[in-house]
Amino acid sequence: MASHEIFEKNSIVLAIAIVLVVSIAGLVEIVPLYFIGSTIEKVDGMRPYTPLELAGRDVYVREGCYLCHSQMIRPFRDEVERYGHYSLAAESMYDHPFQWGSKRTGPDLARVGKKYSDKWHRDHMNDPRSIVPESVMPGYEFLGKTPVIADRYSNHLWALSVTGVPYSQDMISNAGADLKAQAGDPDSDAAEALQARYKSFGSKPLNVRDFDGDPKTVTELDALIAYLQMLGTLVDFKTYNAKANLR
Amino acid sequence: MSYEDVASLSGTIGLILFMSMFFVVLAYALWPRNKAKFDKAARAPLDEE
Amino acid sequence: MNRGGITTTGGIFTALVLITGILLTGYAGMNAIDAVFGFHMYLMAAAAILGLLALLMGRPYRDDPGKYNYGVVKAFVIATLFWGVAGFSVGDYIAWELAFPFLNWDLPWTNFGRLRPLHTSAVIFAFGGNILLGSSFYVVQRTNHTRLAGNVAPWFVFWGYNLFILLAGTGYLLGVTQSREYAEPEWYVDIWLTLVWVTYLLVFMGTLMKRRVSHIYVANWFYLAFIITIAVLHLVNNMAVPVSFLGSKSYSLQAGVQDAMTQWWYGHNAVGFFLTAAFLAMMYYFVPKRAERPVYSYRLSIIHFWSLIFLYMWAGPHHLHYTALPDWTQSLGMTFSIILWMPSWGGMINGLMTLSGAWDKLRTDPVLRMLVVSIAFYGMSTFEGPMMAIKAVNALSHYTDWTVGHVHSGAMGWVGMVSFGVIYCLVPWLWGKERLYSMALVSWHFWLSTVGILLYITSMWVSGILQGLMWRAYDSLGFLEYSFVETVEAMHPFYVIRAIGGLFFVIGSLIMVFNVIMTIRVAPREESYSNAVLAPAE
Repeated sequence: MASHEIFEKNSIVLAIAIVLVVSIAGLVEIVPLYFIGSTIEKVDGMRPYTPLELAGRDVYVREGCYLCHSQMIRPFRDEVERYGHYSLAAESMYDHPFQWGSKRTGPDLARVGKKYSDKWHRDHMNDPRSIVPESVMPGYEFLGKTPVIADRYSNHLWALSVTGVPYSQDMISNAGADLKAQAGDPDSDAAEALQARYKSFGSKPLNVRDFDGDPKTVTELDALIAYLQMLGTLVDFKTYNAKANLR
Repeated sequence: MSYEDVASLSGTIGLILFMSMFFVVLAYALWPRNKAKFDKAARAPLDEE
Repeated sequence: MNRGGITTTGGIFTALVLITGILLTGYAGMNAIDAVFGFHMYLMAAAAILGLLALLMGRPYRDDPGKYNYGVVKAFVIATLFWGVAGFSVGDYIAWELAFPFLNWDLPWTNFGRLRPLHTSAVIFAFGGNILLGSSFYVVQRTNHTRLAGNVAPWFVFWGYNLFILLAGTGYLLGVTQSREYAEPEWYVDIWLTLVWVTYLLVFMGTLMKRRVSHIYVANWFYLAFIITIAVLHLVNNMAVPVSFLGSKSYSLQAGVQDAMTQWWYGHNAVGFFLTAAFLAMMYYFVPKRAERPVYSYRLSIIHFWSLIFLYMWAGPHHLHYTALPDWTQSLGMTFSIILWMPSWGGMINGLMTLSGAWDKLRTDPVLRMLVVSIAFYGMSTFEGPMMAIKAVNALSHYTDWTVGHVHSGAMGWVGMVSFGVIYCLVPWLWGKERLYSMALVSWHFWLSTVGILLYITSMWVSGILQGLMWRAYDSLGFLEYSFVETVEAMHPFYVIRAIGGLFFVIGSLIMVFNVIMTIRVAPREESYSNAVLAPAE
């Protein structure tokens, strides 16, 4: 049994053995998730984020909202009654990065979309305690004062398309115009062009309106509310077949 | 082979492989002839000067 | 004396790298598409210019090659103290924010979401990282009877690593983050850390290779596993596509469920290898040294090592119980987490039993007491962890403060206390002092920390379990009994207690800083100081 001596006496061999031993678990636990078909359910209605929603998600990521809000409803009676249908893997398939979170200092947001009005969100973001006196959330008044740089969103969509999100060339080129259109008049030509572009995913019509009560500029608050109002609303659970997706 | 076959087969191979890896380490650590060497090694932080 | 200056290979190579870096970051800074990226590029350029000046002045070459390289270890110890106080203070501040939310001031730079990563990174990577890198450079030299490999490279690791922390921390405050827990720094900061980390690996391996003893002591195995595994985890988890190579924003390569699994494979092993394996390396050197007895069982340390590094890597999915992650992955994660209890307690027993026959030293040596209590906290949190990884327990504990309490019993009790003990050991040894300035102050630090930790973890147990139970409570008519905000309100008293506990911990750390400064400045020098001279080859 002099075999182990080689580790104690030879640093390179020790290093290689460490690499091998620590690699096994990752290979077993991560790699199959890409190949086993049932990892992500087949559902209708999922689509990538529009440029405005993506800008809102970028704000969500930047401000570290996931540190207090989860986006992952577990299949328990109390969670389903409080927040809605338990979360599916498919619902975060376009999330780069995922924002499931690990702490609920505030409530889960996976299905916050359409629960409250735009005005509620506006007031709540500007001063959370004016709406919910017991809240410990920071105020985000500055979001309504910060414009979104729309022109840059072609680059953002392009980067996501590199990771595999199925944006068309048309969507990438028109990202800036689409971003502004979604926060404006729903009856405008630009809004119609936006709706037409994203219809190809077979999902519901997009929310198009001025979200932050300031029609003149597209602010980060527009973007964030647009994102929150679509969260968890894409999959129609009346037609979702849970039994077909047991795993 | 179906997914279930692959899963159960890899489980069995994993069990045998990991148990044998463990026993190799265990046997080495407890091998009587290695005791003197380990006793010396254990004094490394104390025998520095 | 090595008077080669920058004409050595390492010196010329470093100079070339720094000049390239100045050009590259200068160009990127001038053409940056967002302000933070520009600021960071100029910061890196400035650092590279300073590095080049120091190199031209020959600063890394002033040491006597016949002695251990203590200079860089001293620098790491000072940085540890600085970042420790900073990280603990920010942590306590955000604890007060949760109790009294007006403290967020509704400004971008002071809100909880931006300060929380600053706290975790400052404590884990800045405080923890500096003491790990510093102590590893000390232990690898002493146990292998040889000077650290390279003259420039160790200093590059020190300044490079602390520049990484500065970039990461200022980035969070200014809104640059990937929002991946414990892997927040953006793509360009990750690339920088990769360069520093590879250099660190080369210095460590290079020192092992020129050792003058035949056997590699077990503490070095733990350090090596830490360095290698963190490199693997860092590279895999931070794969991302930048929106522009002249801007800070990027999107992660993976999405959704695969991204979640990768992130928690990373996240759990940041705990396993950064906060456990490497601190166990410290235990395996400093506890025997301080107790003046060899480790209880060297055989156990071998079994401990291989089983710990193998098993830890599997445990990540327990952060994702009952989520959209497939069940088979969750079950694997739970199973291995429970098995992991065994090597963890093997290590704890090995550390504690090293004192058998010398327990009386605990009465007289508060530094040893700190080390021993840290091992006890390690044992406690490595029992609690596997228990919380059981799905039925996790159903209650997940998303609550119980997790926060668990993390802090490990971070403050184990990582914090063992680091304090090591700092108290190292300072007199490095600066050639007979003893610490004041043992009474060490005792004060010990008690303030212990009381602070106990206040912290007990309040989080209560608030976590209370909140978990309130979320799932039903009234007699079958309705949910509490609205969410009622559960938030119920947390308030515990958040105040937790913040007070944190304050105790911060005050303790300030006492330590004072004690260390006074030790360096006024404690008596050791009479026959030869600690720094290389030990003879075997």
